[in-house]
Amino acid sequence: MTDTSAAPKPSSPLRDVWAQFRSHKGAMFGLITLSVLIIAVLIGPYLWVPEKLSVAQAIKLKNQGPSLRFPLGTDQLGRDMLARMLLAGRISLAVGLVAMGIAIVFGTLIGVLAGYFRRLDGPLMRLTDMFLALPLVPLLLVMVMLFRDRIAGIIGPEMGAFTLIVFAIGITSWMATARIVRGEVLTLKEREYVLAARSIGARPNRIILRHILPNVISPVMVAATLGVAEAIITESVLSFLGLGFPPDFPTWGRLLYDGLQYMQVYPERVVWPGVAISLTVLSVNYIGDGLRDALDPRIRGR
Amino acid sequence: MLTFTLRRLLLAIPILLVISLVIFLLVDLAPGSPMSEIPLTVPPDVRQKMIEALGADQPVFVRYLLWLKQFFWVEPMTLVDGWFGTDFTAGEQRILSWQSRSPVFTIIGQRIPQTLTVVGTAYLVGVLIAVPIGIYSAYRQYSFFDQAGTLFAMIGFSVPTFFSGTLFIIIFAVWLGWFPTKYDTTLEVTDWATFWEQVRQMALPVMTLGLANAAAISRYMRSSMLDNMAMDYVRTARAKGMSERVVVLRHVLRNSLIPVGTVIALGIPSIFGGAIITENLFGVNGIGAALIGAIHANDIPMVQTLAFIFAVLIVLFNLIADIIYGLLDPRIRYD
Repeated sequence: MTDTSAAPKPSSPLRDVWAQFRSHKGAMFGLITLSVLIIAVLIGPYLWVPEKLSVAQAIKLKNQGPSLRFPLGTDQLGRDMLARMLLAGRISLAVGLVAMGIAIVFGTLIGVLAGYFRRLDGPLMRLTDMFLALPLVPLLLVMVMLFRDRIAGIIGPEMGAFTLIVFAIGITSWMATARIVRGEVLTLKEREYVLAARSIGARPNRIILRHILPNVISPVMVAATLGVAEAIITESVLSFLGLGFPPDFPTWGRLLYDGLQYMQVYPERVVWPGVAISLTVLSVNYIGDGLRDALDPRIRGR
Repeated sequence: MLTFTLRRLLLAIPILLVISLVIFLLVDLAPGSPMSEIPLTVPPDVRQKMIEALGADQPVFVRYLLWLKQFFWVEPMTLVDGWFGTDFTAGEQRILSWQSRSPVFTIIGQRIPQTLTVVGTAYLVGVLIAVPIGIYSAYRQYSFFDQAGTLFAMIGFSVPTFFSGTLFIIIFAVWLGWFPTKYDTTLEVTDWATFWEQVRQMALPVMTLGLANAAAISRYMRSSMLDNMAMDYVRTARAKGMSERVVVLRHVLRNSLIPVGTVIALGIPSIFGGAIITENLFGVNGIGAALIGAIHANDIPMVQTLAFIFAVLIVLFNLIADIIYGLLDPRIRYD
C-alpha cells in the first residue's frame, strides 16, 4: 500500500500502530482467522439453515458421516453438526467477549482508583492479592453448581447459564488488569500535564477521564485480548466438566463434552469443536502478541 | 531476610482468614444446599434429625469457627497423635465428609499420592523439556529452532488440555493402541511388568500436562536467557577466552534460572490442586477428581476444606517464591 504518486501521508499514531501490527505475521494470521470465524458464526446460521426433520427422520439420520447434505455429519440425535457448530461458536465468542468486558471494566476501575487515590491503594491491592490467592477453577465450579438452578428459575435456563457463567468468569479475572492499570496510573499521575490539569482546578474525575484513561488504553487493550482467550478457555472447561451450558444451548466446549462419549467411534465430533476453540484462542493470542508489539513505541519502527 | 519472612508470614494470617471466610460463606450460603434436596416424602422430624446429624442447624458463625478450629487445631493434632501415639484430640470431632462420613483429611491422604505421581511427574517432565528449549531458543534467537519453539509455545498456550488430552487418547490409545485410555488407580507396582504397566498408563496424562506446562516455562526461560545474554559479564567472559559452553551453561544459565525458579515455584500449587481436567479425562483418582465428586454430591465440608487447602498452598508458594528469589539473587534486598 505504498503509493508513490502522492506525497507521503502524514503519519498518525493509529497508522503507525497499524503498520507495525501488519508486519507481525502471526498477528495478521490471527486477525484473518478470527475475522473468518466471527463472520462465519454471525452470518453462517442465516446461510446454512438445517432442514426441519421430524423426530422419526432425525433418528434414522443419526450418526451420519460428512456428506453434501450434512457437511460435518450428524450427532447421536440426528442434529446437523455444522448448524450446531455455528450456533455454538456464537455463544462461545459472546461469552468470551462479554466476560472480558466485565473483567476489563472492573479491573480498570479498581486499578484507577488504587493508583490515583492513595488512601484506597492499600485496601484495593489487598483485595486484589486475596482474589489472586483464591483457587479460581474450584470456586467457579462451586458457584456454577450452587447458583445455576436458582438463577435459571428467575430468567430461564439459557439466559441464566449465560449470565451466571459470564459474570462468574468476569468477576474472577480482573486482577491482572487492575495491577497493570494501577502501575500505569501511578507513573502517569506524576507527569507534568496532570499537574498542569490539577493546577487549573480540574477535578479528579475529569483528570482521570480526560488525561489518565486515554493513556492507559494500550496495556488495557492487550490485557483485553488475552482476556478473551482466557474466558473462552474457562467457559469450555466448565462446559467440559458438565457444569456449563445446557445441551440445547451449546457452546464449543459443550459440544466437545457431548462428543466425548462417542470419541472412539466418531472422533470427528470431538475434533471439530476442539479445533474451533484452539484456533480461536490461538488467533486471539497472536493478535494480543501483535498488539503488544504495535502499541509499544520502543519496538515500533524497528 | 528473616524479618521479611516473619513479616510476610504474619501478613499471610489475615489474608488466609479472609479467604477462609469467603470460601466458607460462598459455599455455605449458596441456595443449592443439600438440605433442600432431602426428598419431601421424608417426615419433618426425620428431616430435622438428618440436618442435626450433619451439624447444619447451627448458626453460620458457629459452624465457621468450629470449622476453623477443626482445620487449624484438630486436624494437625490428629496427625501428631498418629505419629507419636499421644492423645491430644481424644473426643474432638474432625471435619467429616457428608458423602462418606469419614474424615475429609483421610480421604485427601488417600487421594494425594495419585495426584502427586501423575501431576508431579508431568510438571517435572514439563520443566525438563522447557529448560533446554528455552536455552537453545535464546542462544540462537530468530533461528529456525527458535521460530519452531515459539510456535510450539503458542500452540501449547492455546490448545486447552481437555482437547490435547482427547486428541492424544484418540491417536495413541484408540488408533495406535500404544497406551491404555484410562488410568488404573488400583494397579500396584510390585515387579518390572507392573512397573512397565504403570509407565504406560501414566504416559498420556503426563504428556498432556507436561506439554502445557513446558509451553509456558520455555517462554520464561527464553526471555530470561535473552536478558542475561546481553549483559556485560557475558562479554567479559567471552573476552577472557572462555568456551561458549562455559559461558552459556555456567554463567548465563545460572543467572537465568533465578526468575525461572520462582515461576516454577509459583506453579507448584497447581500440582496439588490437581489438574482437574486431566484427572477427569483420564480417570486419575486424585485430588481434582475428589473435588469434582464433592461438588457434584453437594459435599460442603469437603469442598470448603479442599478449596481452602488450595488457597493456603497458593499463599505459601507465593511466599516461598519470594524467599527463593531473595536468597538466590543478592541484588534483591527486601529489608
